[in-house]
Amino acid sequence: MSLLDVRDLTIRTGDGRDLVSGLSFSVGRGERLGLIGESGSGKSLTTLAVLGLLPDGMTATGSVELDGTQIVGASEKRLVDVRGRAAAIVFQEPLTALDPLMRVGRQLAEPLRRRRGLKGDALRKAVAEALEQVRLPEPGRIARAFPHEISGGQRQRVALAMALACDPGLLIADEPTTALDVTVQSEMLVLLDTLVGERGMAVLFVSHDLAVVSRVTDRVLVMKDGRAVEDGTVRDLVRAPRQAYTKALVDSARKLESALDLGEPR
Amino acid sequence: MTAVLELDSVGHTYRGSAAPVVEDVSLKVDAGHSLALVGESGAGKTTLLRLLLGLAGPGTGTVRFDGDPLRLGDREQMRRFRSAVQCVFQDPYASLDPRQRVSRIVAEPLRSLGVATGAAAHAKVAEALEQVGLPADAASRYPHEFSGGQRQRIAIARATVCDPRVLLADEPVSALDVTTRVKVVDLLGELKRERGLTIVMVSHDLSVVAALCERTAVLERGRVVEQGETRDVLGSPEHPYTRRLLDSVPRLPV
Amino acid sequence: MKRSATLWTGCVLAGLIALIALISLFWLPYDPSDTSGGRLAGPGDGHLIGTDKLGRDLLTQLMTGSRIAIAAGLGSVLIAAVVGITLGLVAAFAQGWFDDTVSALLDILIAFPTLLLAMLIVSARSATLTSAIIAIGLAQSAIVARLTRILAKRVLAQDYITASRTSGTSWPRIVGEHVLPNVWPTLSVNLALQFGLAVLAEASLSYLGLGAPPPNASWGRMLQEAQATFTTAPAGALAPGILLVLLVIGVNLVADGLRDTFDPARRRRTAA
Repeated sequence: MSLLDVRDLTIRTGDGRDLVSGLSFSVGRGERLGLIGESGSGKSLTTLAVLGLLPDGMTATGSVELDGTQIVGASEKRLVDVRGRAAAIVFQEPLTALDPLMRVGRQLAEPLRRRRGLKGDALRKAVAEALEQVRLPEPGRIARAFPHEISGGQRQRVALAMALACDPGLLIADEPTTALDVTVQSEMLVLLDTLVGERGMAVLFVSHDLAVVSRVTDRVLVMKDGRAVEDGTVRDLVRAPRQAYTKALVDSARKLESALDLGEPR
Repeated sequence: MTAVLELDSVGHTYRGSAAPVVEDVSLKVDAGHSLALVGESGAGKTTLLRLLLGLAGPGTGTVRFDGDPLRLGDREQMRRFRSAVQCVFQDPYASLDPRQRVSRIVAEPLRSLGVATGAAAHAKVAEALEQVGLPADAASRYPHEFSGGQRQRIAIARATVCDPRVLLADEPVSALDVTTRVKVVDLLGELKRERGLTIVMVSHDLSVVAALCERTAVLERGRVVEQGETRDVLGSPEHPYTRRLLDSVPRLPV
Repeated sequence: MKRSATLWTGCVLAGLIALIALISLFWLPYDPSDTSGGRLAGPGDGHLIGTDKLGRDLLTQLMTGSRIAIAAGLGSVLIAAVVGITLGLVAAFAQGWFDDTVSALLDILIAFPTLLLAMLIVSARSATLTSAIIAIGLAQSAIVARLTRILAKRVLAQDYITASRTSGTSWPRIVGEHVLPNVWPTLSVNLALQFGLAVLAEASLSYLGLGAPPPNASWGRMLQEAQATFTTAPAGALAPGILLVLLVIGVNLVADGLRDTFDPARRRRTAA
């Protein structure tokens, strides 16, 4: 059975517009899937729907089954239980995803305490371990720092550590490197790939950037205006896109990239 | 040939901070040779941009415009400077006043610099909007009616309406989708060719830099670590940091 | 739909009081100082609501009182707006120690009770409506100044201000073309709320004898004078009380309605 099974998902606004329509896909245990699309494609909303986190006024219909639990229409109590345990999310902007008034160590301790029932020294040790796992130098200093006192890349590592703290079966990453510098992005992608691989976790990776997605997942689903356009392996899509929209995406990415091939003077 | 804009061993330290954000930076912007300032956060790009835009004076060193030191208090020189040097910002959602119509936004440099008013201004605005590929009726609408890419076109229209010689662009496409990004890069390339505009671009996106700028300066922690022809700097980088930047660019599978 | 209902209800309520004030300029049932009616007469008998303890017509007093209430509201808000917005803008541009000093002064002024300020001004001048309006207006301008400072600072940090500067626009023009239009929606809602508070404050000052002196019939003074006889002749206190509540509710509804009307105009970036 799939870990995440989305069938015919439709997300509608209060005034009756469909932002996502009839979307279906599934992610098995340990599998990785990339959701590709531009702004307004509904990719981020889809990830929120998977965790039952849709903003007020939006309703989801269809079926989202996460680790055997039906998310659509589930009670908040049920959802709280599923979130973190079955799936955890890392957002694009690590500064807003962390509480600005709480030291990093305390924020990270929260899920560890709640899910694993750790206390005192054991908790402190687990926090330090979690920070070391995401390759943060000086975990002691980072744990005592407030989010604004560390760099963007470090914040995103902390966010990743928090997501991994409860050992979820599925990691959802929503443009996790878009706000980062290019060298930091590169390190973050390697880290994500390694950590997820070690734990055999499934990944749902959302991005507008085909090249970034290709660093983490093989299989991707292209979305446009709330609908699935095409799916397949990144390699196949890039080589032979079947749909015009996918072709436009690939061509754009190719065109930008080609500027970097400075073999001959222009 | 005199450089349009020049930074001569410029250094700057913000009040209350011990370490300088930029140190001993020397750069030249020659007409017709677009320049990219490449670097990551903390490299001092924003500070250099503020100095190049005449929004602040440097702590040490000199900023020159057409060979003369830029004096922020000299109204006459500043007016010439502002008509010659315009800017496009990164976030097209923050760079347009939400309460003004596009016509008013685009006409602002004309009004403020006293270049044109009334019908003459109107004609120039229409021309600028057409040049950036926006429909004529865009002028009477408000920014929120446009997508990110269209907003960036509006910002470009505002920056080019008074026929500047230099366009400073602060990460002009990094907030845009890939397909939109290509179109805006194409537009900037077109403006370079057709209007002889020289672009000074601050960016961390090396492919955009390579597509638009003849020269590149690589910044790391407030210092220029490598500069020269883009072809050479990005084609055969000498400094390890430049190499690391290049290696970090995610590439599509072949 | 709902938002226009709020705005309209507010306009009708506030408009009603304004209409009464307007009529009072041309027509009053009795002369305000006419004490020919019986003392504390009940409603009817030539006096629609009755008379006060001096035999003056209550309706006449209510009508002239509405003028004072509106004058107090408008006058105070005008002072608060002019002084407050100017101070707030100066503070928004201030840097370093000057900014700290201005902010601290504003905080002290806000913490300073309006009543105490009014007493000081009244003791320096005299207990007149103008003194009350000046006192209330000054107290409120501190609040308006602080709000303006925060709002203007936020606007000044926007890229479109930098864009305006690089377009060669002078600071005074930037304030007129970008800062004021962008702080006005929030500010105007606050000013409408201040109007309601000013009406209440004037009533309190009059109640304490610090407002418009007799024979001017301020609603606050009417409340005070009718207090002793509330059990025997409740109309004298109830009538000004009700009108006061109606005016304040009306103005607050207008403020709420304005806020709702301005809100959707704020750019909402659709979630991807």
